[in-house]
Order: sequence, then C-alpha cells, then structure tokens
Amino acid sequence: MEFIAQHPVLVASLVKIVILLVILMTILAYLSWFERKIIAHIQSRWGPYYVGAHGLLQPLADGIKFLFKEDLTPPASDKLLYILAPFLALTLAMTTLALIPFGPATVSIFGHETHLVVANVDIGLLFLFAITSLGVYGVALAGWSSNSKYSLLGGLRSSAQMISYEVSLTLSVVGVLLLAGTFNFNELVTSQQGYYFHFIPRWRIGPQFVGFLCYFTAAIAETNRAPFDLPEGEQELVGGFHTEYSSFKFAMFFMAEYANMVTVSCLATILFLGGWLSPFPERWTFMQYLPVVSLLALAVYLAYDTAVNMRGLARFQLAVVTVLAGGLGLLCLLPAVMPVIQGPFWFTFKMGLLLFFYVWTRSTLPRLRYDQLMSFGWKLLLPVSLMNLAVTALWIVYPLLVKRG
Amino acid sequence: MSLLFVLFFVFASIAVIGAILLIVAREPIHSALSLIMVMVALAALYLLLGAPFIAAVQIIVYAGAIMVLFVFVIMLLNAGVEERTNWSKIAKFAGLPIGVFLLFELAHWLARSAIGKSIANGSEATNAAVSTRALSEMLFRKYLFPFEATSILILIAILGALVLAKRDE
Amino acid sequence: MSVVPISYYLVLSAILFGLGVIAFVFKHNIITIYMAIELMLNAVNLAFVAFARAYNQLDGLVFVFFVIVVAAAESAVGLAIILTIAQNRQSLNVERVNQLKF
Repeated sequence: MEFIAQHPVLVASLVKIVILLVILMTILAYLSWFERKIIAHIQSRWGPYYVGAHGLLQPLADGIKFLFKEDLTPPASDKLLYILAPFLALTLAMTTLALIPFGPATVSIFGHETHLVVANVDIGLLFLFAITSLGVYGVALAGWSSNSKYSLLGGLRSSAQMISYEVSLTLSVVGVLLLAGTFNFNELVTSQQGYYFHFIPRWRIGPQFVGFLCYFTAAIAETNRAPFDLPEGEQELVGGFHTEYSSFKFAMFFMAEYANMVTVSCLATILFLGGWLSPFPERWTFMQYLPVVSLLALAVYLAYDTAVNMRGLARFQLAVVTVLAGGLGLLCLLPAVMPVIQGPFWFTFKMGLLLFFYVWTRSTLPRLRYDQLMSFGWKLLLPVSLMNLAVTALWIVYPLLVKRG
Repeated sequence: MSLLFVLFFVFASIAVIGAILLIVAREPIHSALSLIMVMVALAALYLLLGAPFIAAVQIIVYAGAIMVLFVFVIMLLNAGVEERTNWSKIAKFAGLPIGVFLLFELAHWLARSAIGKSIANGSEATNAAVSTRALSEMLFRKYLFPFEATSILILIAILGALVLAKRDE
Repeated sequence: MSVVPISYYLVLSAILFGLGVIAFVFKHNIITIYMAIELMLNAVNLAFVAFARAYNQLDGLVFVFFVIVVAAAESAVGLAIILTIAQNRQSLNVERVNQLKF
C-alpha cells in the first residue's frame, strides 16, 4: 500500500490504462456486430440474429472461431516479420488512444485526482500523427513477409495509399490548428466552448467545414475502408496483405483496422465536433439527465422486445441485457457519477455518429479502382486541403494586414 | 540511479543494438527495421533532452516517411540476401579493428574535451522542454531565408525524382 | 533528479557515427550503404540536439529540422537513382557498378 501512496501518478496511470484497454477491446469486438447489423439493415436483411439475442453474442462466437483455427505459417516466409507485423499494427493502433481526453471532469483514483486522459501531452496532436504514420509498417511488412504475389501487391498498394492520404489528412487538420493555436487536446476542445446567438455551439465544423470533409475522406482512405478498400477487397486481390494470415493474427489485423477507425473518429470528434462539449446551452441544466433518460429508454424498449418477440434462451439473454442497461441508467443517477459521465457520454455519442457514417459509406458507395484512388488523393484532395489551409491562414492574417495599412 | 539515467541507458542501448544489427543483418529489410529502431530510440532521447517537437518531427518525417521509402524500394527491387564477394584478407582483418578504433577515439576525445567537461556538471542545463512557439519564432524570423531555400530544394528533389523514375515512352 | 551529463549524449553520437562508418565501408548492397548514411546523419542530429540543450539555445534545434528536411529530399533523389541503376545492371551489389558506361 505504501507503493500506492508513494507513486500516485504511476498507479493512477496503470488503472486508467487497464480500464481503457478493457473498454477498447469491448468496443472493437462490438464494432464488428454494429457494422454487420447496419450493413444488413441497409440491405433489407437482418444480419446476425441467432447467436444470442439480436446477434449480441456473435463477436464472442467469432473470437472463439479465430482462436481455434489452425495457425498456418507459409513455409518460405520471413518468420520474424510474419509474426511481428500484426502485433505492430495492433499495438500502434491502440497506443494512439492513450492521448485522447474523454471528458473534462476529474476522477479520484486511490485518492489521487486525475483527468480522464491517460497521457496529457503538450503536443498531443503531433504525437498522434507520428504514431499513425508508423502504422504503414504493419501493412507493408505483412505484405512482404508472407512471400506471396497477392500479399506483396496488396501490401505495396495499401501502404502507398496510406502514405498518399496521410499528407491530406495532416494538412486538413492544420486549419483547425491555426484557429486554435495549440497542439494540446484539452485546449483544442475548450477553445470550442461558447455559442453563437446563445444556442448554436461554436464547434470547429462550422468555420472548417471543407476541412472536415477533407479530413473524413482522407481518414476513410487512410484506414483502408470502403470505398477505398481495393487493396484488401476480396474480389480483387484475394485478400491483399492479409491473404496468408490465419486465426489469431488475422483477427489482430481486423482489430487493428477497427482500432484505427476508432482513433480517427475520436480525433475528428475532438478537432471538429467539440469533443466532450454538449451541444445544448449551459443554462439547460436538466440536460444533464440525458444519459440516464437514454439508458432507461433503451432498457424499456429492450424489456418490451423481451416480452413480446423473444422465446427461450434468447429471451433470457435479452432480459440480462435489459437489466444491465437499466442498472447503468440508474447508476448514472448517483451524485458521484453524474458530473463525470456527461463528458464521455457526449464524446461517445459523437464518435458513434462518425462510426455510423463510416459504416453507411461502406455499404452505399462502390469501390474505387486503384488508379482512380491515387489520382483522387493527389489531384483532388491534396489541392483542396492546401486551399483550405491557405484560405484559413488568409482569414486569420487579413485583419492584421488591414490594421497595418 | 535516477529515472532519467535509467531511461537514457535503456534508449541508448536500444540505439546501439539497432546500429549493430544494421551491420550484422543479412537481409536489407532487417537492416531497414533496425534503422527504424535506432530512429525511434533517438526520438525518445530527443524527448529526454527536452525537444519534443523535434522528436515528433523525427518520427513523422524520418521513421514514418523516409524509411517507408527505403522499405518500398527494398520491396520493389526484391532485395534478397547479400552476396559475398571475395575481398582481400587484409581488409577484413585490419579494417574492422581500425574502424572500431576510430569509434572509440571519437568517443574518448568528445568525452574528455573541454566542451564535454564544461557542461558535464549539468548546472546550466535545465530540463525544461522547448515550446513549439519559441522554435517556430526562431525558424520564421532568424532562419527565414534557409527555410525558403529548403522549400525550393524540396521542389527540385521532387522534379529530380520524377525525371529519374519516368520511363521513356 | 540529477541531469544526465551532455558528454554521455556526445559519446553515444560518436558511437553511432562510428558504427555508421563501419557499415558504410563493409557492406555490399547499395541500399544498406545508403542506410548507413542515414545513420550517420542521425548521429549528427543527436549531437546537435545535445549541444542545443547544453547551451540553452534553439539554433541547434533549427539545424536539426533542416538536416531532417534535407535528408528527406536527398533520400528521395538517391533512391530514384538507385532504382535506375538496379534496373540497368540487374544487381544491387555496389561492386558491379564499377564502369562508367554499361
């Protein structure tokens, strides 16, 4: 116990890391369920329905399947790189989430007051870009080390795509940086407080709408998602850089892709959508009950669904989920939890909205051919990002120029 | 042993091991990976020296762009195991010890030099990190001309690479 | 907490530079030789940053910035040259590139 007393920062950081990892793994698993359900409903079918009520145990079944598959290694492959590549991809994708603040409140862990962020770095945004630019190696090394034509081509194409769109990604963010004047995530969010006309929130998506569009498009291309997923589309290159991977390493690539999606959505939330700020004015203090109300409404709907539509084991499972949702809702009524839950609730809501856009785009738009993809990135997106940067810079400097004469 | 010392030795040994692996590796892709390891360790050392912006720039530009270019070229050229050529025995037996001797000579005189001794007590060096604002003010005021010249240099490099890589059609 | 003396960083920079020289002299593959050049540049960068910290001046950091940028431009052109040579001679061994005209 003296260790905890002597090193409060270290212990608090460890606790936060463990909590973040647990929440992140759950989100990654259920993101696949989320995606399959939404794609299915857009395509007028149901998606996973039988494995657990409403398919909620489907990620568990997928995980067990991946764990029990045969773990092949291609005989002529480079063993060290073959094993290293998925670990590298997953580790880098998960590390970026340590920099992101989820709320303004301070929580006390073992008596030490900390913010809801694992590492509050002063140049957080720059480090996040540094880590994402290292993410290219996971893909490139996976393609090379599998020692197969499809993998090499897919790996080369995929990594070329990633580095091309990384330039536009970084440039579309610089407009926000010019307006905010800081790299620190906390200050980037707090500089978006306040309201125009007392009810429109002062989020950066208003002044930087073009920047947001460029950023989101570059982000979809950077994470190798549809419509930019030619390098890993099944009809094109058999599987791209993860053709020769099986069982758990393949699952790691999947998780790395979802983790990249989550990271990019978190970043977009912080930079453009106001992070953990609520869209409703501060005077409406009754809005602090919104998390409670939404969770209880979810519990009521699930209870209705259990009573009316389900039979047998699914009924029992859905009843458990109903009780969980209701319990969480009532938990948020506690005075200790209520102010803390506001920030993460709005953050998760906005992040979920962006992830929904991701999945919506995937199921709606057709795939771009590789040369179309590269020409789009270099000939359209990069000039638009540069123009956005130039116009923002002019808009900031113009009053100073006019004042000087 | 304070925490700074421990961190310094950890990252310094990672850098030296990476450099030795670069020499010893048989395939170019392993050399490239060890060079990336050296660069990331050096970025951590820049953080310890209080230059976080330079550390981030090193990872973004050096480890994240230049080394990706190297890895691409190695993959495109399908560079395999290095072939052994017949060198004279003298080069092998005398060259390597001379190289190592050069290394230790440099290190010895840098450590014992007047500059090394005068700042070794560390009293002038505080551990405050350099802010990006101060660095950018210096970059855009005092070193504005080199900055603009470097941008022209990059343009020339782009043109040069395009001309070299273009196929005759 | 006491500060790590700057001479430690300079010794590390010298060691890395020496290892870069050894790699440059003893390797056959063009790309590995080029990587040894980058290693030497990194060692020099470390010396610059160490001196910038020692004298508390920012000029060293600006120099490092320029060295990184120039190394980027140089590696782009250098790798393009290497690609052309490798396509012409079908070999990456630096000993084969010993004639002016192919």
